[in-house]
Amino acid sequence: MKILGLHASNRTNELIEQQRPTMIANRTKNFRTGSLLFATACALLSTGCNKKESSNEIVIGEYGSLTGATATFGQSTKKGIEMAVDAINQSGGVLGKKLRIVIEDDQGKPDEAQTVVTKLINKDGVVAILGEIASSNSLAAAPVCQGSRIPMVSPGSTNPKVTAQGDYIFRVCFIDPFQGLVMAKFAANTLKLKKVAILRDIKSDYSVGLADFFKANFSKLGGTIATDISYSQGDKDFTAQLTAIKAQNPDGVFVPGYYTEVGLIARQARKLGITVPLMGGDGWDSSKLWEIGGEALNGCYYSNHYSVDDPNLILQKFVKDYKAKYGSTGDSLPDAMAALGYDAALVLADAMKRAGSSRPDSVRAALAQTKGFMGVTGNTTLDSNRNAVKPAVVLEVKVDEKGNGRNVFKETVAP
Amino acid sequence: MQTFFQQLINGLSLGSIYALVALGYTMVYGVLRLINFAHGDVYMLGAYFGYYAARILHPYRVVPWIDTLAVMVASMVACGLTALLIERLAYRPVRHASRLTMLIIAIGVSLLLESLGQIVFGADPKFFPQLIPEKTWRWHGVIFTNQEMVVILVAFILMVLLNLFVYRTRTGKAMRAVSFNLDAAKLMGINTDRIISLTFVIGSSLAAAGGVLVSINIPGIDPLMGVMTGLKAFVAAVLGGIGNIFGAVLGGLILGMAEVMVAGYGSSTYRDAIAFLILIAILLFKPAGILGKGQVEKV
Repeated sequence: MKILGLHASNRTNELIEQQRPTMIANRTKNFRTGSLLFATACALLSTGCNKKESSNEIVIGEYGSLTGATATFGQSTKKGIEMAVDAINQSGGVLGKKLRIVIEDDQGKPDEAQTVVTKLINKDGVVAILGEIASSNSLAAAPVCQGSRIPMVSPGSTNPKVTAQGDYIFRVCFIDPFQGLVMAKFAANTLKLKKVAILRDIKSDYSVGLADFFKANFSKLGGTIATDISYSQGDKDFTAQLTAIKAQNPDGVFVPGYYTEVGLIARQARKLGITVPLMGGDGWDSSKLWEIGGEALNGCYYSNHYSVDDPNLILQKFVKDYKAKYGSTGDSLPDAMAALGYDAALVLADAMKRAGSSRPDSVRAALAQTKGFMGVTGNTTLDSNRNAVKPAVVLEVKVDEKGNGRNVFKETVAP
Repeated sequence: MQTFFQQLINGLSLGSIYALVALGYTMVYGVLRLINFAHGDVYMLGAYFGYYAARILHPYRVVPWIDTLAVMVASMVACGLTALLIERLAYRPVRHASRLTMLIIAIGVSLLLESLGQIVFGADPKFFPQLIPEKTWRWHGVIFTNQEMVVILVAFILMVLLNLFVYRTRTGKAMRAVSFNLDAAKLMGINTDRIISLTFVIGSSLAAAGGVLVSINIPGIDPLMGVMTGLKAFVAAVLGGIGNIFGAVLGGLILGMAEVMVAGYGSSTYRDAIAFLILIAILLFKPAGILGKGQVEKV
């Protein structure tokens, strides 16, 4: 069979040469039309902004990954937020107005997150924004919120850089320096591990941050890091990295990734004969993890924001309501993202009530004053860096041969 | 040493998938001089057709091997029909236009399949049912699974069958004739339209087989899984010498090995980068690919 000769590429060049003059002419024309369109868009956008505070409802935006590789994060948060908004509206709303939530899907992609948040602010005229879970997506959208002076409350992004984007960015969860410490302590003191390998997702701000904090803390506690290697979100074959890890013979492997990849990693690790525990962070928290990883996940541990086994009354009521509302859809137990979504919406509503206004700047000031708010995931107090200081729990994963999983509470660590 | 042999197995199982997908690129290129960019997405469709076939067949399951074969055949037939449709609707109308037009259409079809996949199948990853219960074997500390062995074995059986078809049958001969000279083949009484359609069907059913085989081994499928695999398989086809069936197999295996060795011994961050660097290096010294013959096209 033959090979494509030089002939074709010459012809292509000729074609391009012939078209060049018209292309230039078109470009000038396009530029003119483009600037006209841009001006119109600006005009439209500025009128869009004036829609705020007009009717007897307060519009809040939410962006999340309703589809994509981290889809259960977005879906769970959405359920939690909707439950909170329903509860608030049933008890009379905020400042005599009903809350209305506008939800956008960012497909779990940072650039999409930026686009949909811009749309929420400019087109829907929201006064505040809830979202995201994945830190890379929150980091992409935070500058938009900060630039438009719209407060953003992230339910579950744990990377420290998220709230460092500006004074309008808040979160209702702990941050990774703490989560890394919790898992390092658990590995060194509870599991008595000496030598741990790290397998991090190089494409995710969350995973890279958490791996670094784990590494620093575990070394400080006297452990050694056998090897520190990486994969990229979206990879499916991890056998090369896992074979390299196996050669180092570690007592445990720290995999601070998201559930889709972690499930496959667990499967492939067990297949290659790695029997030591795998450990991770709150990015594991999804029922999809059990489905993808199956029995390979038995004897693995991760840190999380809350455990459904906690006897706390507020939490147990939330679990009961959640079951009643979503149990029929096969989603009987709320995961941490649902609980954090619920809390994030309540913290925001509470700030509006205390501010006595839904103006973004007043809400921002009130949010910064949040102190001792009792929610599902515990007592929320925001520090001067707009991060919540909260305890973390460590959970053990147990999955049966049918892929039905549950998390068993191991210990709780206070900050 | 044990680690090295384990990495060889890992590379072989990854490489045989690239090889299987690369065959489709190479066949279509050989016959039409078209780089069918939608091929990677046909591979994705293959995985999804397999997923649905496995779910439909679930109540009637007999023996793992027969189930797997049934799912694979169902997916190959479905993908073959899809390819027939794509060729008829998208490629045939522009067959006599410039090559650039066809290439752009191929990219368009690729994007269309990806977007349709996200709408129809949903953008979140799905779990592919375990058709073959996993068993592992050890040999001097090197671990094999039955799933990996099935992947490698089936891939090679399909490649041998393809080779027999192209070099030992009348239709295969016609296919080679079309690849040498379309007009001359037509003058010799070959129904070239049929041969070209057949090429698409065969290439796409191989990609479908690849999709099902990968999903047996790595059970997470999503609508964008074909993007990177398609690109890598294309690289494999070029590496081996595009238009050459053995070249595609060799290219696939080299690329799979290179990736695994880079990730296992070097830095996994540069896994893809180094794989592509190898491609550039080989093409610098052997522009026609490893097994490709540099031919001067007669004018």
